[in-house]
Amino acid sequence: MRSHLMLLALFAFFVSLVFAVIAKDGAREQLRFGGMMFAGFLAAAIVLGWLMYPFPL
Amino acid sequence: MRATTTTDETQSGTIVLLCLASWAIPGAGHLWLGRRAKGLIFLVALPVMFAIGLAIRGRLFPFDFSDPLVGLEAVADLGIGVPYFIASALGYGVGDVRAVTYEYGNAFLIVAGLLNLLVVIDAYDVMMGRK
Repeated sequence: MRSHLMLLALFAFFVSLVFAVIAKDGAREQLRFGGMMFAGFLAAAIVLGWLMYPFPL
Repeated sequence: MRATTTTDETQSGTIVLLCLASWAIPGAGHLWLGRRAKGLIFLVALPVMFAIGLAIRGRLFPFDFSDPLVGLEAVADLGIGVPYFIASALGYGVGDVRAVTYEYGNAFLIVAGLLNLLVVIDAYDVMMGRK
């Protein structure tokens, strides 16, 4: 797998999963917390990616 | 007095053993404490994350503290426990800096180790009755 977006999503999924399971006890709370965290990871990556777009390395 | 001391020593021995088991096998501490669902999730998710890191050519860093970041990365890699030793023994984790996924692989390996250390702390908290 070489797609950066897919790897980013996979990474966000695992991190969100572990954090949700550590931080919350009920399945519903875990799903909500994990989902929010996963969405936050993706949104932050996409927004930061576009913000950095005009600045070539 | 003596009985209390013996009980304290037994309890601290159990805590050390629990933390070691939790570090060596991700999720083992939670399974030990009867938190079966959490333990199983950690047991699957963290080694899979570590394996993905190896599969996409991440590197297991050497314990070289002349470059502090490399040393710290090695400590983080070791956080995953037994999978680290298995991967090292089988010759995985050499890393390929030319691969486009190299940095992602490192992120997976390092974060899997650090998350497992958080899991150890969580197991400790559960045992102490804080959660």
